[in-house]
Amino acid sequence: MDWQTLVLSFKLAFCTLLVLLPVGIVTGRVLAYGRFHGRTFAMACVALPLVLPPTVLGFYLLEAFGQQAVIGRWFHQLTGYPLAFTFAGLVCASVIFNLPFAILPMQRAFTAIATDIREASWCCGLSHWQTFLRIELPLAWPGIIAALILVFAHTLGEFGVVLMIGGNIPGETRTAAIAIYDYMQVLNEDAAGRLSALLLACAFISILLINLLNLRFVNHEHKRNL
Amino acid sequence: MNTNATSDYLSIDVQQAGPIPLNVQLSCGRNELIVLVGPSGSGKTTLLRTVAGLHPARHAYVRCAGAVWSDSNNRIHHPTQHRRIGFVFQHYALFPHLSVYRNIALACRNLPAPERQQHVRDMLCLVNLEGLEERIPSQLSGGQQQRVALARALARNPSVLLLDEPFSAVDQVTRRKLRRELAQLRHKLNIPILLVTHDLDEARMLADRMCILQEGALLQSGTPQEVLTRPATAQVARLVDLGNLFTGVIVRHDATRNYSCIRWGDVELECTLRTEFSIGARVDWIIPPENIILHRVDRPSKGEHENPVSGVIEQALALGENTSILMGTGHIGAQLSFMVPTHVARRNNLQEGTAITVSLLADAIHLMAPVPVPGKTTPV
Repeated sequence: MDWQTLVLSFKLAFCTLLVLLPVGIVTGRVLAYGRFHGRTFAMACVALPLVLPPTVLGFYLLEAFGQQAVIGRWFHQLTGYPLAFTFAGLVCASVIFNLPFAILPMQRAFTAIATDIREASWCCGLSHWQTFLRIELPLAWPGIIAALILVFAHTLGEFGVVLMIGGNIPGETRTAAIAIYDYMQVLNEDAAGRLSALLLACAFISILLINLLNLRFVNHEHKRNL
Repeated sequence: MNTNATSDYLSIDVQQAGPIPLNVQLSCGRNELIVLVGPSGSGKTTLLRTVAGLHPARHAYVRCAGAVWSDSNNRIHHPTQHRRIGFVFQHYALFPHLSVYRNIALACRNLPAPERQQHVRDMLCLVNLEGLEERIPSQLSGGQQQRVALARALARNPSVLLLDEPFSAVDQVTRRKLRRELAQLRHKLNIPILLVTHDLDEARMLADRMCILQEGALLQSGTPQEVLTRPATAQVARLVDLGNLFTGVIVRHDATRNYSCIRWGDVELECTLRTEFSIGARVDWIIPPENIILHRVDRPSKGEHENPVSGVIEQALALGENTSILMGTGHIGAQLSFMVPTHVARRNNLQEGTAITVSLLADAIHLMAPVPVPGKTTPV
């Protein structure tokens, strides 16, 4: 088993989760409750990676992360490291690619909270921040957890963007999905099979968990409406 | 100023052009229960939300217990959290993930823990809901949820209680029970209560004062008795579902006998003296159904000379112990609606086609200045 690629894949998935958890909650909530000019445009931007071919996204990110580009140069000046073909670049790309998988379910979870429940909280004297912590977050958590599981599974299996941004550097950017492709190139079907089976299991367990969460949520809603 | 004793413990002045037009000035005394009645979109709930600070009206002035909550002229708008309000939402808006105890405790979380526990218990006792502290809202019936919502609204010791159609989501039996409980509870609260409802029976039973709203305008404010028997205009009469609304012309005033006379078709009707209407003026008038007295066929009675009107029964509909009679007055082209006990209807063999005569009690005929309503004509 190619543990190095697996560890890297999991590391990438966890780093992406860490970034997208606050980003998803804040953006999802703003899109759910905010009424501002450009909301539709913002929602289109968030959803764009869903329909954009990974290679196209990878191409533009590679252009942006290069040391001649503003973002790449700025990051290099700040940290002394380049963005393209590094793990940091991979995390950035993964975050951007996973934005819709994190934000859209969280937005839906916040939207599902009835307006009068939030207003009732204000009428009870709770500030907006207290309402967020004590009412909104507990009610939105099934959606938030589902989003995180989706992001985790999606990052583990991501191929196109990773290949474009990270290339295939062992220990730095060579994730499990890239390794499977590599193994097949050299006709090492056993190794490719083992890794594929593991990713398949991860994906299946993720979907199972999301369904279980949804089922629990639906049951809860059903009981509420009885 | 001792605001406790004044009739404007709660003062509201709200004006806005849209999205829902509002132009309402209202004062409410301490311990007064005002019921806001009007069709959907008349601005009742928006008015409540403005008091709560949930709706930022273009021009709003809200003062309660001596504290100004909103004053758009002076750019004052206290957020909802800083207003001592209790709000019961139409669908209760209980926090679904919290137990009954925690739903209520959240509203009085500033109290020290032991005091808070006692306060929550007191609130549950007040709404007759002891023993259900650990249940979550989904494990409660509609009536119980409504009580929790009321307990939560009262837990903050509010200066005003706002109830937005609080009984609309429960069945008829529970609704009656909850109304009785509110009628008992309100005397213990000693705060102004604003209640929004579509239900006129509810308004009649609970209100100290009824406010009739339409398209954001306050059409009439008065006791249920005043509004339901002396509506200000035909528009109000229609909104409170009063039948027997007609148009007539003032024929004469007789100050010595204290009556005015109107012509209704070819009939002249006497009513209480209303000299503010000039001779020849068109007026709208109503008569409550309970003031239409059926003449007995077999035995004439003393009151038969009071505004007698003859006609033919067009519909006799038995509705339990009462029968609804629709009497057509062919010569006038109008229909009078009234009820008689079903046993009376049977004894007098009241059925479609039967010729009858009724008296319209003069004291009960109420004249109103006409307000033109497009497409609505009533016979003179």
